[in-house]
Amino acid sequence: MISSDKYVLLDHGSGGIASQELISGLFLKHLDNSILGSLEDSAVLPNQPGKLAFTTDSYVVDPLFFPGGDIGTLAVHGTINDLAMRGARPLCLSLGLILEEGFALDDLERIIISIAGCCKSAAVPVVTGDTKVVPKGKCDKIFINTSGIGFVAEDVSISSSMAREGDVILLSGSMGDHGITIMSRRAGLSLQGNLASDSNALHKLVELLLEKLPPGSLHTMRDPTRGGVATSLNEIAAASELMVEINDQDIPVHQEVRAACEIMGLDPLYLANEGKCLVLVDKEYATDALQLMQSTAVGKEAAVIGKLVSGEPGQVVLKTTIGGSRIITPLHGEPLPRIC
Amino acid sequence: MKYLDEFRDQKLASPLLEELQRSVKKPFRIMEVCGTHTMSIFRSGLRSLLPEGLQLISGPGCPVCVTSASHIDAIIEMAEMEHTRIALFGDLFRVPGSKNISLAHASSQGANIDIVYSPMDCLELARAHLDDLIIFLGVGFETTTPGIAATIMAAKNNNINNFVVFSTHKVMPPPLIALLDDPELQIDGLLCPGHVSSIIGAGAYQPLVDKYKLSCVVGGFEASDILQALILLARQIEKGEPKVENAYTRAVGWEGNTRAAKMVNEIFQPTDMEWRGLGMLPESGLVIREKYEKYDAEKRLNITLKPAAEPKGCHCGEILKGKELPSQCPLYATRCTPANPIGPCMVSSEGTCAAFYKYGES
Repeated sequence: MISSDKYVLLDHGSGGIASQELISGLFLKHLDNSILGSLEDSAVLPNQPGKLAFTTDSYVVDPLFFPGGDIGTLAVHGTINDLAMRGARPLCLSLGLILEEGFALDDLERIIISIAGCCKSAAVPVVTGDTKVVPKGKCDKIFINTSGIGFVAEDVSISSSMAREGDVILLSGSMGDHGITIMSRRAGLSLQGNLASDSNALHKLVELLLEKLPPGSLHTMRDPTRGGVATSLNEIAAASELMVEINDQDIPVHQEVRAACEIMGLDPLYLANEGKCLVLVDKEYATDALQLMQSTAVGKEAAVIGKLVSGEPGQVVLKTTIGGSRIITPLHGEPLPRIC
Repeated sequence: MKYLDEFRDQKLASPLLEELQRSVKKPFRIMEVCGTHTMSIFRSGLRSLLPEGLQLISGPGCPVCVTSASHIDAIIEMAEMEHTRIALFGDLFRVPGSKNISLAHASSQGANIDIVYSPMDCLELARAHLDDLIIFLGVGFETTTPGIAATIMAAKNNNINNFVVFSTHKVMPPPLIALLDDPELQIDGLLCPGHVSSIIGAGAYQPLVDKYKLSCVVGGFEASDILQALILLARQIEKGEPKVENAYTRAVGWEGNTRAAKMVNEIFQPTDMEWRGLGMLPESGLVIREKYEKYDAEKRLNITLKPAAEPKGCHCGEILKGKELPSQCPLYATRCTPANPIGPCMVSSEGTCAAFYKYGES
């Protein structure tokens, strides 16, 4: 039954009264802060000491809602994490929405509430936003873009090219949770167990590491989202022109993730993670880094998974559980389920 | 027992590996028929640990790899028809036909493609899209066929009329015979496919032992399973006593799954079929019986297979026959990569070239 006020209409994106009602009645109701609430064309922010970091990401995940989060959770955590991976303290986010005509307002509100909750927990507000509405069929329900700015202390320099031979590689927790949750939902597989996305903000873990570890000992960080740990490690190996060696049995993977991967013919190394990071640190401080990570809620399953060595530059080698080895190449396309 | 960790455990694998080292006393060649064996050997790291002297050759046991270009062209033709939805397992999505177009390309141009995990999902699709004809791409060996037979039966029992199967299903013994009849092919033993054997039974390989004096061992897919099978092969070859041995007893019996075989036989009958790289092999494929022809895509849509040339320079045929390594193909890793595959050996997740590329053999 068609109802007058339950769905997004083209009017909501036109900039007129309907748009204003959406902004005040929905967005500001949940996302309110003084900067966003002033509804100016831009957010003007006070400067901060350090180097400015800037990142952007768009979110088009399907399904919109899944165990462990939703498109809104990803949109906040993903962009905060991209800032954190360069050692930046996130300052604020922008929120751009493209909505499909006919999208349920209840679902939109659910997503906005989710975004607001994540921003509050992370203490990173949305200070500016935009909404567009496109005719039915021109986009898939909702697409979100978040951009983020942050500041990196002057004496902090974290990037793939800073990685050094001998660096120890740590992973902040279990691998593949987000990717397998989405893939199994899409496949309509009702699997038992606690499959849930690991979507989480990592900036506080990073802050702790930067605070407690000696300056210059933390070299590289990467959050292994699309393409998984395998792809991120390949990027690090290529940028540093060194070889990555990792041990299969040291990589934390939850039992239910492993089992679901076996059923679907997928490899956890290539599945997205939305609340994990790879950390490369000077080997002298590896134990300290591990203990610091394990002391946080998001990093309690952190583990040492390998190291950077001289060898074939750009190569990633995995030592298998039976003592053999194989080369891990980057992901080439979408992971597809196998035939038999 | 969870069946994952136990058979991958180093404590089990190490002594087996040592025993294999001891058992390989002279060089010999084993054909591992099944694509999943190729993948498992690489993935477990076993490839890097095998004793020198034990040479493994990949065989034609990759159903996607052996799907001919003319079959792929017919599939693209169906995808471009109005009111059709193509349902398939993931592997086939990127395989190019004779004009280098794959279903991935067709999808980008608006064809309705649904990747499914189970053929039964097609019946849900059929109910959800009553104006469309759901065409399931039947690709696979004996492991997969019973599931498709069951789906056709379920469609009949539930009066679902907008569902058909395009059968390119194949059976395993004929290509092995075709390969073994080739005097150029020198192999000493066969690592027989575990899951196909669970359907056809270990006994299916006895004729190969009798005719070709070939050692045949049925192997499972975990590292320890493969090691055990290789040890048994090495011992047979050393003694010169070829026979059929079953090293995958937890899933395979001598007779096989007669119930599954009966179900397949109810729906399908043998037919001559073209195999990429091997040509037309008599009685090597399965066609839907007349009784169930309303579920046969070829009959329903009047599809005629047109001869299609294999892509120029592609050595998939020689690789599938075990005569060449991927690195001997001029296109391997240069023009033919997983991102831009030319032949199916590269695009299928079980393809020899894909395994070599992914797991880093150059």
